[in-house]
Amino acid sequence: MVLGFCAGRFIVSEVPISLGADDFVLFGVARQFSQDRAGLDVRWKALQSEAHPDRFAAQSASAQRQALQWSVRINEAYQRLKDPLRRAAYLCELAGMPIQAESNTAMPARFLMQQIEWREALDDASALHEVESLQAEVAAFRTQALADCAQALDTEHDPARAVALVRSLMFVERFIDDIERRRDQLPSQAST
Amino acid sequence: MALLQISEPGQSPNPHERRLAVGIDLGTTHSLVAAMRNGVAECLPDEAGRVVLPSVVRYLPDNRRQIGFEALAAAAQDPQNTIASVKRFMGRNLKDVVDPARLPYQFVDKPGMLALDTAGGEKSPVEVSADILATLRYRAQDSFDDDLYGAVITVPAYFDDAQRQATKDAATLAGLNVLRLINEPTAAAIAYGLDNASEGVYAIYDLGGGTFDISILRLTQGVFEVIATGGDSALGGDDYDRALADWALQQASLTAVSASDKVRITQAARACKEALSQQDRATLQAEVAGQSISLTVHRDQFDTVTRALTERTIGAARKALRDAKLAVADVEGVVMVGGSTRMPQVQAAVAALFGRAPLNNLNPDEVVALGAAIQANQLAGNNTAGELLLLDVIPLSLGIETMGGLVERIVPRNQTIPTAMAQDFTTYQDGQTAMALHVVQGERDMVADCRSLARFELRGFPAMVAGAARIRVTFTVDADGLLRVSAREQNSGVEASIDVKPTYGLDDQEIARMLQDSFSTAQADMRARALAEARLDADRLLLATQTALDADGQLLEGLETAAIQALMVAVRDGQSLDDPATIEALSKALADGTQAFAAMRMNHGIQRALSGKNIETV
Repeated sequence: MVLGFCAGRFIVSEVPISLGADDFVLFGVARQFSQDRAGLDVRWKALQSEAHPDRFAAQSASAQRQALQWSVRINEAYQRLKDPLRRAAYLCELAGMPIQAESNTAMPARFLMQQIEWREALDDASALHEVESLQAEVAAFRTQALADCAQALDTEHDPARAVALVRSLMFVERFIDDIERRRDQLPSQAST
Repeated sequence: MALLQISEPGQSPNPHERRLAVGIDLGTTHSLVAAMRNGVAECLPDEAGRVVLPSVVRYLPDNRRQIGFEALAAAAQDPQNTIASVKRFMGRNLKDVVDPARLPYQFVDKPGMLALDTAGGEKSPVEVSADILATLRYRAQDSFDDDLYGAVITVPAYFDDAQRQATKDAATLAGLNVLRLINEPTAAAIAYGLDNASEGVYAIYDLGGGTFDISILRLTQGVFEVIATGGDSALGGDDYDRALADWALQQASLTAVSASDKVRITQAARACKEALSQQDRATLQAEVAGQSISLTVHRDQFDTVTRALTERTIGAARKALRDAKLAVADVEGVVMVGGSTRMPQVQAAVAALFGRAPLNNLNPDEVVALGAAIQANQLAGNNTAGELLLLDVIPLSLGIETMGGLVERIVPRNQTIPTAMAQDFTTYQDGQTAMALHVVQGERDMVADCRSLARFELRGFPAMVAGAARIRVTFTVDADGLLRVSAREQNSGVEASIDVKPTYGLDDQEIARMLQDSFSTAQADMRARALAEARLDADRLLLATQTALDADGQLLEGLETAAIQALMVAVRDGQSLDDPATIEALSKALADGTQAFAAMRMNHGIQRALSGKNIETV
């Protein structure tokens, strides 16, 4: 099988990889926020090509069990690495500053005000264009926050600042889900 | 789009070393079995040359039965004993069946899966399905004059854990070695030859006799990645028949009273529906309540009466696209699967949604079995150069019951499988050494609105003060889409023993009972069967070990190889003995003895994937 890697940076590991290795080591990519998504996709498929239980269907039960463990681990790493928010949270954890969202609930006042305004706008929206306009605004906020995360993690090496950004992004993600749900409730439109 | 041709690179393997593996489409109304022959997937015909087997079983006294066309012909005269569309009852309770009174069967309401009372005794849907599967198994064995190594069985993508487990149990009962359960839309995607040549996002719209699936897949270089899937496991051609039958009875001011009436009007409606796919008008003729109905039905009338059903499928398709975070414009092509997609109304609705003509060039009845055969061939190890890789998803979220009858979601829908999620629990009483978990499947917030899968009892934790225990429960969904649960107390490292009580499944005793009753063992000596199975398992294990040594033997030291070979010799010698227990013990010794080798192979494989052609150090 020819693995057509696009321009990316892959590290060759000298020691055998273990199931306990972190996601970045497992995927052979640099431990940083900025990642090449296309490269991650290629790497994911290459790894699953080797480890997926389908490759071991004619092998012993023990080999199949191992394949299951590895395949699960590879999927877990891929889900985490490809999602910018989860990747940022993971990097904070690896840097010794886990997010601990359940215990740290305090947020800056300005951010909370923004959330309340958005919530009211969503409740008041009755037409599709109103919801879409809110969606665009929230998407822009999210894009900016992710860019700030990249800056905090990769350039400033300041995981503490990243933690604050990640926590605000977690609020925003939940709100984006709520907007989606609201969209679903509106009378169905011709375009999807 | 051309059918995928798998050509053998270089010389083909010794025919005696090829393992016969088949793909089976266990459909609601029709079932098929397919296999690779000369590099091409083909559906296998019966003696009369028919590839399709009606999914109908008629039970007669004295443990006799009729399966397929014979049974179908008898349905109107013996409706209570002739079971059709049993797939709709797999993993289902009587209260799940919509309006059971309109069906001609004698249902038995049981706490788990419903049963059917017949002239041949009480039958579980699993047993009925097993009879259909066994028929296909014999057909395959006769076609090739060879034993079956294994089979890939297809299930609707939207089937939940209970329905999948029931299907697997049916296959076991039919004496089949299930290599994998794969989703019907994914199987269809393979058959369309959507391989190296085709890249992009495709939608598979699969409307069968009793189930509807919509899957959105991304294809890149032989890798089929399911992005999202949706559907309705209780919506299919049968429902279109029912709607037309109801309308016809209304037009004629009649009621279907007897069981035979119900069968006749449904069969007449189906025939009329099928005719309307070819022409603008058709006649619906049936004898009901002693009267003759003869109606001319126009296609427009049929469409009006069934429009709501098609709308439901379009709604599910829109939702799947949203889950995939894709727009209609992102979809390269839409493939139609299942006999019900022949309806012009359905073709038009799908074309309207996706803004393009759907792809129809393969027989929609056969395409699923063909895809399953291609996959089966690869899983059995016949096609080592095969690049096919299926990355499928779980269709419905898994959760556990928490306080107040609420569901806490553990595994979200459309997550790629295999997958595992862990959840930590603690004890609420001093000295507590066990706990119970109720696992459910579905998207609703209340347990009562979801499907109950099973109750897991975890036992054997060390006694501790309340709240001190850290019990990590891991929910693993395997490549068949089936759930396994394991639990470990983190402080002590103690693994819990797990007692599973499936809500709609069969426990081991029931399966053992069915195995004794099933017609495939009716005459056979139980001990002879156990011996044959032990020998067959030993064969498989020897074959697997040899393949592994041939591929990666260089990873082992001389002494390690010799040790494994000695265990293999012991198994080979043991096969000529008469005692299944000894053979099993020798097989187990070989399996244990190759565990370390298996780990080495896996690591080697991962290393191989990580070291690519273009490498730059950071």
